[in-house]
Amino acid sequence: MLSRNSARTAQRVLRAAAQSQQRLNVARGFASIADAPSQTVQSDIFKPTKYGGKYTVTLIPGDGIGAEVAESVKTIFKADNVPITWEQIEVSGLDEGMTAARREEKFQEAVASLRRNKLGLKGILHTPIDRSGHQSFNVAMRQELDIYASISLIKNIPGLKTRHENVDLAIIRENTEGEYSGLEHQSVPGVVESLKIITRAKSERIVKFAFSFALANNRKKVTCIHKANIMKLADGLFRGTFQRLAKDYPQLECNDMIVDNASMQCVSKPQQFDVMVMPNLYGGILSNIAAALVGGPGVVPGCNMGRDVAVFEPGCRHVGLDIKGKDQANPTALLLSGTMLLRHLGLDDHANRISNAVYDVIAQGKVRTRDMGGNASTHEFTRAILDSMEKAL
Amino acid sequence: MFALRSIAAPMQRQCFRAAPRAAVSLSLQSRFYSSQDSIAKFTGQKDAQGRYTVSLIEGDGIGPEISAAVKDIFAAAKTPIVWEPINVDPVLKDGKTTIPDAAIESIKKNKVALKGPLATPIGKGHVSLNLTLRRTFNLFANLRPCRSVAGCKTPYDNVDTVLIRENTEGEYSGIEHVVVDGVVQSIKLITREASERVLRFAFQHARAIGRKKVRVVHKATIMKMSDGLFLDVGRRVAQEFPDIEFDAELLDNTCLKMVTDPVPYNDKVLVMPNLYGDILSDMCAGLIGGLGLTPSGNIGDECSIFEAVHGSAPDIAGKNLANPTALLLSSMMMLRHMGLNEYADRIEKAAFDTLAEGKHLTGDLGGKATTTEYAQAIIAKL
Repeated sequence: MLSRNSARTAQRVLRAAAQSQQRLNVARGFASIADAPSQTVQSDIFKPTKYGGKYTVTLIPGDGIGAEVAESVKTIFKADNVPITWEQIEVSGLDEGMTAARREEKFQEAVASLRRNKLGLKGILHTPIDRSGHQSFNVAMRQELDIYASISLIKNIPGLKTRHENVDLAIIRENTEGEYSGLEHQSVPGVVESLKIITRAKSERIVKFAFSFALANNRKKVTCIHKANIMKLADGLFRGTFQRLAKDYPQLECNDMIVDNASMQCVSKPQQFDVMVMPNLYGGILSNIAAALVGGPGVVPGCNMGRDVAVFEPGCRHVGLDIKGKDQANPTALLLSGTMLLRHLGLDDHANRISNAVYDVIAQGKVRTRDMGGNASTHEFTRAILDSMEKAL
Repeated sequence: MFALRSIAAPMQRQCFRAAPRAAVSLSLQSRFYSSQDSIAKFTGQKDAQGRYTVSLIEGDGIGPEISAAVKDIFAAAKTPIVWEPINVDPVLKDGKTTIPDAAIESIKKNKVALKGPLATPIGKGHVSLNLTLRRTFNLFANLRPCRSVAGCKTPYDNVDTVLIRENTEGEYSGIEHVVVDGVVQSIKLITREASERVLRFAFQHARAIGRKKVRVVHKATIMKMSDGLFLDVGRRVAQEFPDIEFDAELLDNTCLKMVTDPVPYNDKVLVMPNLYGDILSDMCAGLIGGLGLTPSGNIGDECSIFEAVHGSAPDIAGKNLANPTALLLSSMMMLRHMGLNEYADRIEKAAFDTLAEGKHLTGDLGGKATTTEYAQAIIAKL
């Protein structure tokens, strides 16, 4: 149990860090302070190692559009001389081209690589519905590495017109338990039980993470999303934990909201939200609703944080099998996730150059991929970003 | 009955191929519908004057005002309905919260009820009254259509979604326990029986309202067995309805696409387990301007209860400011359920025209009219 004293210390460290940080600078420093009862704050702060002046980062392009957008990220990062060596691993959840054993092997390789490098950039892996006994690789990876906090940054991109304006919210989602526990059984034929697990320990660490995130990023309000009126014990525990811990953060405005109301508010008045924290399934629902407010899964960056490992992936998890290989995919989500990774490493110069170029190209509106209302290919969009970076030099 | 059905099915298919025009197929559809054992068919009886009796739960807060508005409008439209007001203040019976026997009997007799908003008493041990009603009458399907209302501008135009939610099990089974301190298990229960019932209702409803597509929303990638079962039952039930196109969509995709652009959902009926339905139906309401404009029906085997799903708004209760639209639209749904379509169409048109005109809107829609003025405006248009 984290004593109040050390929680205060943690907050001080975070506040000091926050002052020198920009609003978008989401992911540095606070990665794992929140949940480490047995360790000091100092040893928690997350330090990947540098070899020969370069960081090694695991790259998992993923299925669907993954290969194309990962290519775009690699090209742009290379053009900016980012000191990163990619360790690329082709994990796939698709049936074609790989046997089940080979797939599993690749998956284990990816997990080992992430453990070693502590950093990853990842596309989304496909999860088939009908293959029985096969757990989603995405979920398995999060559980195995205990990357418990998922962050999706939902913000209107300047120049990209959508139905809603001034949306700027962050969705923090518990990533390792809840409805995605994977525990299901058939009591008798035709009667299935699926278990949702909520624990105090995991609720505590995600809630603390959300508060730390809010402080580190200069945000004012944290909203807890739940369904405690129906699931009185499970979501009740989550909400109770939130309310108890909220007392330690008087500088933040804290409230809670029932998930169905939150979804309704999200599509009518999304401006009222700032940081939202919630159990697993609601996170999946709300991150999709919110992503749609600002332009879809192609423009929403995100990451998954654990105590040791941080994996950056698009914030709204869609595989995009339908446009696979068509050169239509929007690499913005993965690129912005990549810049979050750079800021996490302290490579702010690189991050700013790249993200400015991305925003610049989108704002000009001449070269846009289909999902943003243009007709440029992934390659053309990448080219435009490279040109913009060159001009800025 | 059985023979009729087996004859009717291939005949309908043939006719479809021969004459695909909408007008013909629509009339055929309604015939087919009535020749089949339909789920949750209205079985209420007319009285000597040819009128139906409907149980009316006025509700708390603004409930009495908006119920009065609905009653006035119904009277003006000469709807053959007699209201039977009932009281559902909770009583404790053998330690369980329940509603008074008189109320239960009334609804059981009339087979249909209209309900205003109820304030759920806060405190331990109280099961919400809505849940109690749902359980008492086994209301297995929640029907939630959302249609854009002219006169209420939102970022979304031309929304016309129909969503059906399983209402008795799933995440809301109420089975929960603390395993050890700090570890809670909550059980989502999916059974073949309940899934089949709601899915069959979805297909029948699609036919009844002339939609050609039914879509199951699920998360079977993660919950392979429970949502997998729901999906599987959907596929099987779909075979009984060859004229309706069936497909499935992942919950994430539905959320994303609906909020991006809800229009492609205008030709579909969506059906899903409890929690997803709860969230998505409220989200759809958000698309068109909130719960004040959306009707809701709880469909059961014997009885059905139609209700306004918004809150009881105690702050404006008794001030004649409330917007009765949701309850009025729910009562339209009720009339259609009872087969009184012509009355429903007429009142609905008057209501939508009044809203579109924008002269007599209530405060929540940015107008200045009182509840009675709004109701009178609708009556004037009848």
